[in-house]
Formats: sequence, C-alpha cells, structure tokens
Amino acid sequence: MREIYMDHSATTPVDEAVFEAMIPYYTHQYGNPSSIYSQGREARKGLEKARQQVAGLINAHPQEIFFTSGGTEADNQAVISYMISNAHRGRHLITSAVEHHAVLAACEYLHKNGFELTVLPVNQSGLVKPDVLKKALTPDTTLVTIMHANNEVGTIQPIKELAAIAHEAGAAFHTDAVQSVGKIPVDVDELGVDMLSASSHKLYGPKGVGCLFIKKGTKIGKYLHGGSQESKMRGGTENVPGIVGFGKAAELAQNRMSEHWAYLTRLGKKLQEGIREKIPHTIFTGDLANRIPGHVSVCFEFVEGESILLMLDSYGIMASSGSACTSGALEPSHVLLAMGIPHEIAHGSLRLTLGKDSREEDVDYVLEVLPEVVDRLRTMSPLSNQTKGEEANV
Amino acid sequence: MYSEKVLDHFMNPRNVGELNAANGVGEVGNAVCGDIMHIEILVKDNVIEDIKFKTFGCAAAIATSSMITELVKGKTLEEAEQITNRTVAEALDGLPPVKMHCSNLAADALHEAIKNYRIKQAAL
Repeated sequence: MREIYMDHSATTPVDEAVFEAMIPYYTHQYGNPSSIYSQGREARKGLEKARQQVAGLINAHPQEIFFTSGGTEADNQAVISYMISNAHRGRHLITSAVEHHAVLAACEYLHKNGFELTVLPVNQSGLVKPDVLKKALTPDTTLVTIMHANNEVGTIQPIKELAAIAHEAGAAFHTDAVQSVGKIPVDVDELGVDMLSASSHKLYGPKGVGCLFIKKGTKIGKYLHGGSQESKMRGGTENVPGIVGFGKAAELAQNRMSEHWAYLTRLGKKLQEGIREKIPHTIFTGDLANRIPGHVSVCFEFVEGESILLMLDSYGIMASSGSACTSGALEPSHVLLAMGIPHEIAHGSLRLTLGKDSREEDVDYVLEVLPEVVDRLRTMSPLSNQTKGEEANV
Repeated sequence: MYSEKVLDHFMNPRNVGELNAANGVGEVGNAVCGDIMHIEILVKDNVIEDIKFKTFGCAAAIATSSMITELVKGKTLEEAEQITNRTVAEALDGLPPVKMHCSNLAADALHEAIKNYRIKQAAL
C-alpha cells in the first residue's frame, strides 16, 4: 500500500546525510567528551562542531547553545530554572493559552509551587495581541514565555514585538521555537529573545536531542543537576551521536531553507485550496497569512477527528488531530478551544503537515481520498442531517 | 489499540442510516463530548425487525453502534433490553479502557429507542 506521511510537525525522518554523520560517533569516536585522551577529544570536537552548526542556524554564538534531551527539557529549564534563579526579583510569569504542554505544564508546576501565573488569551487566529501582553505585565513579572509557531495550527506569533514589550517592563523573554527552527528563518538577535528552545527531530535530525539558547548574561541555573557538562549548565554525559546529528541537520536546514520554504509554501497552498474547493463545511484554523509553510489545519463539521485519522490510515495517509479521542483526554485541543472554536467543531480537527520529501502527487492523492473519507463519515453522522435542509435553501 | 473486530465494524459499518417506518427512536450523547448515537428501530410483534444507526464520534463509537444493530436484529424487546454497553464491548473483543466510558453508549441509545417505542405504544 502507498504510504503518505503528512505529519511532519509530529516528527520527521532522519536525513540520510545526518545519519551518516552520526554513525562514527557510535562505533569509532565513542569516547566520553569529558575524557582527555584522543577518543574523548574526538567526541568533544564533534560536539563543538555541532554547537557551531546549531548556533549558525539561529544566529547565536556557539557558547549560547546548551544541548538538552529535546524540546521539552529545554522548555522546562527555561521556565522552571529561570523562575527559580530569579525568584528574588519577582515571582510572576506570563504565558499564552496555546503553548505546547512542555511549557504550559511547566508553568502550572510553578504555579502549584507558589509562583503567580498569567495565561494570556489569543484571538481567533491564535495570535497573542501585544496589547494583551502589555496589560498583563506587573513589576513582579520576571519571565514571559510565548511560542514562536504553534504546533497545531501553524500560527507564527509576533515575537519581536512581544519580546520588546516584555523587556520594557523588565521581564526576560523565552520562546518555544520547536516548530519554527529549520522551517522559517529564526534569528535570535532579530527576534530579541533571551532564551529559545529547539528540537532536532522536527528538522530531519534524530529524536532525543534539542537545545536551549541562552543569551549571554542571562541569569539562569541548571535543570539537570550532576556533572559539569555543558559549561556546568546540564549534568549528564552528552548524547554525542545525537548532538552531531542535530548539528548536521541544522546545517542542512540552513542551506536549504529558502528552497524548502518556497516549495512547501506552494504545496501547502495547493492542499489547502484543494480542500476548500472539494469539502464543504470546512473551517481553516490558525492565521492564514502568518503560518508555517506546508502546515494545513482544518476542522470538518459533523465528523470526529479520530475517525478521520483511522480512515485515512486505511489509505496509507498519516496525519494528526486535536480531537479528544486522539489526545487521550476528554476535552479536544486546548489550542482550538482557546481560539474560540466550539467543542463540537474542535472534535473534527485534522492537521496535515508536509515535509521536504512530500511530493505533488501525494497532495493529489490526499485531495482524492480525503473528500471521500469525510463524506463517508458524514453519511454516518446524525449531525449532518441538519445541514441538508440548509444546503437546499442556498 | 483497536481489535480487528472494532476496525472491521468501523470500516464496514452495518445498518447505517434511517428507517422509513421506525416506531422507536433513541439518541444519547452530545456534540460537546464528541459522541452522539442515534438509533431507530422497527418493532413488530415484540421483535426488532429492523434497526439502523447514525453516529457522530470516534471509531469506537461507530463500531459499537454497528455491533449492537447486529446483536439485536431479530431479538425480542426483552432480549434486547438485556444487552449492556459491556456486552457490546465484549462482542467487539474489547475496547481500550479510555473508550469504555465515553464512546460505549450504543446500548444506552438502543434502550432509549425501546423506551420510546413503549411510550408510543402506550399512547395508541
């Protein structure tokens, strides 16, 4: 059967050149980077080269890159360690209602432990309005954490503007850029952020590696306590092959950025317009202008997301949904609800995210199968009965 | 996560639709929770002669609806009333634990349809 992978925001395959670069660090240059003999020094070299490659992708200094086990650890460190290290200055932090759980749950953890938390609402495209942030800042606010691009709906936040507002009020700014790094230009200087999280497996690197960018001069402690690795910022022997892979993936992403951006923007538009044309009662979610290229997120009225996914899977199409059933919770996606989408519509959400290896014919195939799948489910749905009359009146 | 039987009933649901001559209708759930089951029955001489369903929900919701229509077609009302949500889940070789609560409502919808039939009969 045909296999069409349309879930690149969930994870990506490891690029073959990335995998090639990693192999020697498993088999030959396996030394511990903290060791002083040649094996250790070789591993250290690999580590530092990767640091330069990742720094290059986001226009940071290599010394500002701290490798972690992934986006979640980077987010946890930025939020929890920053607040603890700066608790003497203030105990209030601000985030948004559409953050990834890696940020939201870390903020809630602090809230349960005596910190004050403000969760900013978003507008219907998922954007945090700068004025809303302005009003929420208090003299006690030490950190604002707002994601760069949203994982579910692809909306890109006005980070530059938001970071400037936070700084004016004396607060530091962190952004979870897991969904944007490697896909759109990310320049820490231009954005003006103090901290930024990134993850390797979203940009054709291996899983289990990420990094936290910490701007020089930012006061923050370690999150994982142990040895003196990562300039005493993260205990634990470094995942050298993973980090080397992340570095290579970052380098490739930087070289291919504009090419991929143009390709995925075009392909994503084709998919989106095809859905708009072929499937009535469809709601496009997120900001249609400021979004990640190749990211299509929709809600189909009268049907449920898990059913769509399973039926698509039977045609070999892999995608994801923010329906309650797919999250394992009783509530549909907090992101869609925060954007004011009603429960019954949020249950019918579908996210299709294209990648560099997606082909035009994959999009054609999805545009052939998806209308049929939605139609089959709507035939089964007691809710779509109600629309027949409406359509007849049009 | 789903059994073969669940996937079969989901991909090839039995008895989808509406009955022209239904004399009992039941509906449970709501769109906010993400599950609505609508069942129509045609009862003749105390026997469920025909049954159809329409369901909004996940694969488990659709499969349990389909399964119950197979289980009760040709059964007497008393036999049909014996069927519980658990019986339906067992007939499907089980459901994931998280689905037992929210998406396993087909027996409730059937019981509502039987109740509706009895009320209508009493009114005649």
